[in-house]
Amino acid sequence: MLWETFRLAIQAIFRNAMRSFLTVLGIVIGVAAVISMVTVGQGSTQQVTADVEKLGTNVVMVLPGQDTMQGGPGGTADPMFTLRINDAVEDQIASVALSAPISQSRARVIFGNENRRTDIVGTDNRYFEAARWDLNRGRFFELSELQSGKAVCVIGETVRESLFGFADPVGETVRIKTLSCEVVGLLKSKGASTFGSDQDDFVILPIKTFHRRIAGNTDVSTLFVSVRDGASIERTMEEITALMRDLRRIGRGEEDDFEVVDMEQFATMLSGITDILTGLLSAVAAVSLLVGGIGIMNIMLVSVTERTREIGIRLAIGAQARQVLLQFLVEAIVLSLIGGLIGIALGLALAVLGANWLSIPFTPDPGIIMLAFGFSALVGVVFGFFPARRAARLDPIEALRHE
Amino acid sequence: MNEIPQIELTGITRVYGKGEIAVRALDGIDLTVAAGEFIAIMGPSGSGKSTAMNVIGCLDSPTSGHYRFNGVEVGRLSQDQRALLRRHYLGFVFQGYNLLPRASALHNVELPLIYKGLGRAERHNAAHEALRKVGLDNRAHHDPSELSGGQQQRVAIARALVGSPQVMLADEPTGNLDTKRSIEIMEVLQDLNRSDGLTIVMVTHEEDMAEYAQRRIWMVDGRIERDERTRKAA
Repeated sequence: MLWETFRLAIQAIFRNAMRSFLTVLGIVIGVAAVISMVTVGQGSTQQVTADVEKLGTNVVMVLPGQDTMQGGPGGTADPMFTLRINDAVEDQIASVALSAPISQSRARVIFGNENRRTDIVGTDNRYFEAARWDLNRGRFFELSELQSGKAVCVIGETVRESLFGFADPVGETVRIKTLSCEVVGLLKSKGASTFGSDQDDFVILPIKTFHRRIAGNTDVSTLFVSVRDGASIERTMEEITALMRDLRRIGRGEEDDFEVVDMEQFATMLSGITDILTGLLSAVAAVSLLVGGIGIMNIMLVSVTERTREIGIRLAIGAQARQVLLQFLVEAIVLSLIGGLIGIALGLALAVLGANWLSIPFTPDPGIIMLAFGFSALVGVVFGFFPARRAARLDPIEALRHE
Repeated sequence: MNEIPQIELTGITRVYGKGEIAVRALDGIDLTVAAGEFIAIMGPSGSGKSTAMNVIGCLDSPTSGHYRFNGVEVGRLSQDQRALLRRHYLGFVFQGYNLLPRASALHNVELPLIYKGLGRAERHNAAHEALRKVGLDNRAHHDPSELSGGQQQRVAIARALVGSPQVMLADEPTGNLDTKRSIEIMEVLQDLNRSDGLTIVMVTHEEDMAEYAQRRIWMVDGRIERDERTRKAA
């Protein structure tokens, strides 16, 4: 009997295929919205976590104070760091595994007829280790190159693609400003970061080379600190702060002129924002599910009126009220489940596109898919019940007389 | 031992509305129908013949009086119980055929059996058998829209038959048909009555059609005025 009812519902739905489709459109959009929002949201949360892991969860960055960031012309800039400060942090704090000094600016890199404006970073081999960069080709810097400030560089994948196409860059010579330097290594691609920036878009020089040939000073703009495994990041940050205050002679009561940033905290905060956004968008999507449900109720009511005579016939030949109720209820549920399934498919498709576009992993969540499926069934039950009850309560005599 | 009549109405009234505007569609009906009888209920419009039919067919409940079906009081049954009674003992044929559009003749005929809970194969066999009885087995897979009025009514008769009812209720079964088709339908009914012993209660306003019944009930203003045997059937 239930199977018959189900078949009957399928028949009734496909008899009016166009109308059925328009009816479930609300559910389709609602479910698709929820699925795509949540899937993309979870993907970006995973991306944040993955980024942090690539970078190392044990990374702490030391930056000059906020004033530097906002200090346009006329603004007071906090002083930069020096190589000595970097080495002091590495040597004097036991829980620091290593600290890489970083200086950077932007410049055009030229090879043959190709050129690209990119980040020029001066650092040493400690940075590759702390930021977990691997080589695709060639090698990192040699000690002699670092000490003498030789004109060599290691480039990111994006720069290679832009300047060399598919050719091997190692051994070639590129020009940065007035500096002609030999490419000795190519890094393995890390892809886009959570913030959307391309992590592979840079050229790395030995810091001495950078200071002499590009910057014209010996400033260090960032300390990229790797904390020893098992050591407390929080404790290490406190120790770095204390040492930096001491080194930069900041008196009691004076504010720090630098910042110590913990990547893990940063990532947690970022994924927190993602979660809130996902929640909000999902709430909007849920409202559209509700509207979709009302659409189904509306069409089911129309259907009951249209099929009054059919209901009369069924009652006359011995259908009980609850069998008629079941018939219309099953029809509403099947209708919204079809909507739900289309919505899930569409939502996943949108999520694949979105994930591709945002360069984040596509991570379908079976839980959310089941929930959307269950919810569309619930919509069918809730919004199908009223029309179905109306059908079941029809008087067979009146119904048979209905034109 | 007294034989229990199949249908026994005593003092049946059916009043629509209340107070001043109340309409007495049935105003005290006494009627006994034995198993295997073929009766025609006749009368002008508004005489209550359709109401009487609805009460006998358990589509409607009487306001007062007793209705015994095979000796069992059924006038006070609940809606669901009446549905079960219709499902197992009664078959309906209407003036307007009342077939499901966009469903094959076969599906229309097997519909009552779905509610009886029969399996697919069993239903198909029974439906084909019923269609054969009305001479339409070759049209089993046609939709009602592809059938003539007379054929549609025969499908409706097959649907009424398929559940092996004890009583068939026919409400103006030839009302929409020309004379030739009407005669065909009446012959089908008469044959079912004679060979299968099916009790038939038919409402009609056509004298010619009433001739096929063994007994004619004349109704006026909600009462039975005459109750007579017909020549032809006797």
